[in-house]
Amino acid sequence: MSGSGSPPRQASQVEVADLARDEPLLFERSAPGRCGCSLPRLDVPEVDPGALLSPDQVRADLPGLPELSEVEVVRHFTRLSTWNTAVDLAPYPLGSCTMKYNPKLNEKVARLPGFSAGHPLQPDALRQGLLELFHRLEAQLAEISGMDRVTLQPAAGAQGELAGIMMIRACHERRGERRSKVMVPDSAHGTNPASAALNGYQVVAVPSGEDGILRPEAVEAAMTEEVAALMITNPNTLGLFEEHIQRITGIVHAKGGLVYGDGANLNALLGVARPGDMGIDVMHFNLHKTFSTPHGGGGPGAGPVGVKEVLAPHLPIPVVREAAGGGFELSEDLPHTIGRLHGNLGNVGVLVRAFAYILSLGAEGLRRCAEMAVLNANYLLARLRDAYHVPYDRPVMHECVLSDRNLRDAGVTTLDVAKRLIDYGFHPPTIYFPLIVPGALMIEPTESESPEELDRLVESLLAIEREARENPELLRSAPHRTRHGRLDETRAARKPVLRWRPDPASD
Amino acid sequence: MIEARPLRYIPHTRDDVRRMLEVIGRPRVEDLFAAIPVELRLRRPLALPEPASEQEVLAELERLAGANANARSHDWFLGAGTYSHFIPSAVDALVSRAEFYTSYTPYQAEISQGTLQAIFEWQTMMCGLTALDVSNASMYDGASATAEAALMAMRITRRNRVAVSASLHPHYRQVLDTHLAGLRAEIVTIPRGEDGRSEPVADFVDGETAAVILQQPNFLGIVEELSEAAEAAHAKGALLIASVTEALSLALLRPPGEAGADIACGEAQSFGVPMAFGGPHLGFLATRAELVRQLPGRLVGETADARGKRGFVLTLSTREQHIRRERATSNICTNQGLCLLMATIYLALLGRVGLRKLAEMNLAKAEYAKARIRETPGLALACSAPTFNEFAVRLPLPASEALARAERAGIIAGLDLRPHLPELGPALLICTTELNGRESIDRLIGILAGGGS
Repeated sequence: MSGSGSPPRQASQVEVADLARDEPLLFERSAPGRCGCSLPRLDVPEVDPGALLSPDQVRADLPGLPELSEVEVVRHFTRLSTWNTAVDLAPYPLGSCTMKYNPKLNEKVARLPGFSAGHPLQPDALRQGLLELFHRLEAQLAEISGMDRVTLQPAAGAQGELAGIMMIRACHERRGERRSKVMVPDSAHGTNPASAALNGYQVVAVPSGEDGILRPEAVEAAMTEEVAALMITNPNTLGLFEEHIQRITGIVHAKGGLVYGDGANLNALLGVARPGDMGIDVMHFNLHKTFSTPHGGGGPGAGPVGVKEVLAPHLPIPVVREAAGGGFELSEDLPHTIGRLHGNLGNVGVLVRAFAYILSLGAEGLRRCAEMAVLNANYLLARLRDAYHVPYDRPVMHECVLSDRNLRDAGVTTLDVAKRLIDYGFHPPTIYFPLIVPGALMIEPTESESPEELDRLVESLLAIEREARENPELLRSAPHRTRHGRLDETRAARKPVLRWRPDPASD
Repeated sequence: MIEARPLRYIPHTRDDVRRMLEVIGRPRVEDLFAAIPVELRLRRPLALPEPASEQEVLAELERLAGANANARSHDWFLGAGTYSHFIPSAVDALVSRAEFYTSYTPYQAEISQGTLQAIFEWQTMMCGLTALDVSNASMYDGASATAEAALMAMRITRRNRVAVSASLHPHYRQVLDTHLAGLRAEIVTIPRGEDGRSEPVADFVDGETAAVILQQPNFLGIVEELSEAAEAAHAKGALLIASVTEALSLALLRPPGEAGADIACGEAQSFGVPMAFGGPHLGFLATRAELVRQLPGRLVGETADARGKRGFVLTLSTREQHIRRERATSNICTNQGLCLLMATIYLALLGRVGLRKLAEMNLAKAEYAKARIRETPGLALACSAPTFNEFAVRLPLPASEALARAERAGIIAGLDLRPHLPELGPALLICTTELNGRESIDRLIGILAGGGS
């Protein structure tokens, strides 16, 4: 190590520069002749693809792929990873997304070969462990939600919504009814109206009341025999419990409609109250929210759906059931099913993680999640309400919604607050949602955050509110402490560049 | 309510709770739930077990996992849409970085550049592999990607009929049927020809047809004639959708875009994503530039920051549900981000040369197995047209019996085709990949010919 080469001081300078530099795209790093894999020797005769297939059926080359060694690939993605913030680094209070801690144990069990290397079409007799897990997880989710039956198949909440709406359609059609409309409150997630529309329904928006919750009168006024269902989120996206839920579901049922419950905010209710006891006929669970499975940079999630008996004949196939000779089996024998929704059995790896989470917490732990999540949200609201405008100032459940109304005189918007919060080391809350609150900041701390972390978040938001008055430009030009300054989204949309292309000048 | 014992995922102590309640101005945690009408509150604990220790949960999950056959415990010849390929160690090592897997959708671009750049790289590589202009940031799986492709074609053409090959994966067909059931749509089936390819599609396309859907290679592993189908579809103003379940074939076969397909969709699980009993996997969807406004799912685009430095953001989001609500191109929100990352890393490792060599190796294994089958009395190939790494075999004994014999010898021999294609008689769909050695192929064929017990 001594004698020849560069002096150590210089070497360390190079290293520092290397870590701080921009990591180019894979394609810009590529060098002909490199490869990051080693294939085993071919133990059967080589074949000529052009001779087996017709020559015009075989492609000449793979021009879109780079050529890199394993170490280059590993450095590339390791560097990219350092440009992300994540739950394991800092609080991620993204409202409605329930960014709780993702237990390491769950990652380990999902990688056991008996789960990760199984095949969706292998015989049931050779996957009894999986089917037992399905059966037990279905029962657990049914108990938690107060529903009668559960399907684990939908790959995400939105696919669960679609499944639910399809079951509602099947139920009405079986009763000989053709209904054309679905009611959705104006505070709902965008997936609700989109799911209804994707299944051919006309969407009727129902306005929220002045206190932020749905008025039975508004539902009564919109409810006709043309309405197939009401989709409702409880607690709603303002973090408020829909106090009139029983009357509302009663109104819908009285005219033959069904009620869909969006389970995005179920974390607030675990062990405290159950959608199935409130008149909800069908609901989805977001396992990546309430049940701690990681969000993976955008997915995969899982969106199991619970139903009351009235919808059970319409569940997607296959269904898990106890086999006559003992054990479990998958069955497609369900004459009124809506059919198959997923190419296989659903996002099994996600289901395994959620099952491990429920076993870890038990009844007591799940209730504790709801209690501490609600405690955390109310604590944030109590500490922030004097500095930030609170559009619906009442006790909240698992999340609270603030707005930028008090900051507008200073020329500062919610977007500026969010970008400035990045400088303080936090992922920003959900912004500009729900749509009924102009300039909304939707904060969901989850039960994972300690009071110390919450205090840091509060102090940061209070400091930002002071900065907004004293030095608004600091917010408008934020973030300052990230690798990139504020990125120009308008430019990206105006002239979309959606793939890399070789620079013709460099050829 | 706060007398719970410590739980490892929740930090609050009794003192924390007391202090926080004081700030809020409520005496008890229960008071925070006052908005819930008393009659709706659960008056009993949930009927679930006690909290379990980490070692107890691990032991229970190991017990359940141990009761499942898998590609590590058996020689694996079962494909049919989900493929057993080798996954380089670097893939799992990198996706296990918490910066990737404990983040969410990159709405805040400045602190999500890692995820965004990786998606941009994925989009670029999928454009190259499909020879199309634009690829989205993944769908749930190949089946839902195919259904979304059909819906996309219906929006573009404003037509309601879809012509679908009989050799589309039966589960994909079921998922398509499910998605179209509530809409005024009609599905026409294009039958399978003698040699295993779909019949010429011209007879099944007319001025009402929105799209023709062919699987490439098809469910029986047969390589279809995409360019003829594209001509026939385009002649009537319909789009051609190529649905791919074995993405590795993209490294060998003429790419869908070059053959005239307007949309390529399907399943990219083969690119480094574990089989995991069928999910989470990785649906993909790619199309021509002029159709991008009707493309569902997230897209990442290049832009710059205030200093002119290149960066990436989610873009064209006016197609999506969180902006457009009931007028969105789809209801999709959460995608398969981490699986996309696995595939991006996998493709970077295999690269331009490795992926092609791997595809040729898969082809060679299948050709070896097919040659052995041709020379083995009692066995016969069900179709004569060329295949990639999967093929159908006629058996001299019931498929269930062959599967049972193979299983006793530690082999998962393939898929019993009886539920899907009873007209073939006893038959199996068999897949060979780089993980199947010559000796194990020989053993399999011996058992299928009536050997073993």
